[in-house]
Amino acid sequence: MERVPIIKIGSTLFVSIQVDLDDEGIMRLQEDLADTLTTSRARGVIIDITAVEIVDSFIGRMLNTIGSISRLFDAETIIVGMRPAVAITLTELGLSLRGVRTALNAEKGLELLNGTR
Amino acid sequence: MEVDNTQGRMATYLADHREKIADRWCDLVVGTVRGRISAVEVRREIDDFYALLLRAMSGADEQAFGELRATLEELSRSRARNGFTPSETALGILSLKDALHELVGESAELVGEYLTFSRMIDDLALHTFETYSATREQIIAEQTTAVLELSTPVVRLWDGIIGVPLVGTLDSARAQLVMEKLLDALVSSGASQAVIDITGVPTVDTEVAQHLLKTVGAARLLGAECTISGIRPQVAQTIVALGIEFGDIATKATLADALEHSLRRAGLKIGPA
Repeated sequence: MERVPIIKIGSTLFVSIQVDLDDEGIMRLQEDLADTLTTSRARGVIIDITAVEIVDSFIGRMLNTIGSISRLFDAETIIVGMRPAVAITLTELGLSLRGVRTALNAEKGLELLNGTR
Repeated sequence: MEVDNTQGRMATYLADHREKIADRWCDLVVGTVRGRISAVEVRREIDDFYALLLRAMSGADEQAFGELRATLEELSRSRARNGFTPSETALGILSLKDALHELVGESAELVGEYLTFSRMIDDLALHTFETYSATREQIIAEQTTAVLELSTPVVRLWDGIIGVPLVGTLDSARAQLVMEKLLDALVSSGASQAVIDITGVPTVDTEVAQHLLKTVGAARLLGAECTISGIRPQVAQTIVALGIEFGDIATKATLADALEHSLRRAGLKIGPA
């Protein structure tokens, strides 16, 4: 199982999910991210899910959990690049991801992070 | 189709009196179409059909009956599309019976054959009618899609602001389409603000509100903010009476207000020149 790389740029952690993650994969990402956040002193996390075509309720919930974990380290999570079909699925599942912010693409996500600081 | 001797005798009769029957048949059909198709065209259709019918009835050609039905289907489809009534379409084939009956008249030896033949023609007429109604159903389905497409435009109001003017009742199917089109437009235009104008939505009940909330929620997941505009006084009263909560979604009375709000949210401002 390949790991999702976490790239640190300045005070932002950049996570680009390029494969359809299974439950195990997203759990590992959550652990990795928590580890990185403790050491990196990052202020923001951008999770790019442009390539993700399928989500289920578990992944939806984990994205929220990642948001809550980041907030404990005083970092804001922004989910970027969600596909319309994914957004519709999450809405139908009743998951509105209240714990995280969203942006259309990585650039806008970065603007959002910088704007709030 | 079973081809027996009687059919064979009738086939011979039809072949012998071909001109006479076809002429009379043609006259009868031209009488019913009231000038919407020229007599020449009717004659051509009848000649084609007659030839196929003879081939089918002679029993020599096994595919002829299938061809006959196919021709009939084609004919019924074009009649349905050109706005002919079901009776007019069915009469096109049924009048062959009249034409034949006039000729066969009282001659006793062909009565049995005529009955068998009549049953076959009835069967074909039923087939015509089925094709006719299937075509009509298809037309209705096409129009429904067209109306659905027409009624949900997504317009660009400003750089980074798109608008969705909703007109007509918002049912589940339309709500779904609106959501898809809005999300696609957000992605393709890179807009961060969307205005949903419900001036043209006659009533807002809990179901419609639910659809709107879902759409706004989905747009939020893409990182876009929605403003709902065009709330009329009666609609506002209904919303409050039903206890519908729009939460933190901005709602405005007019599209102008919503545009101003969106511009401000996008960090833009319109002032006097």
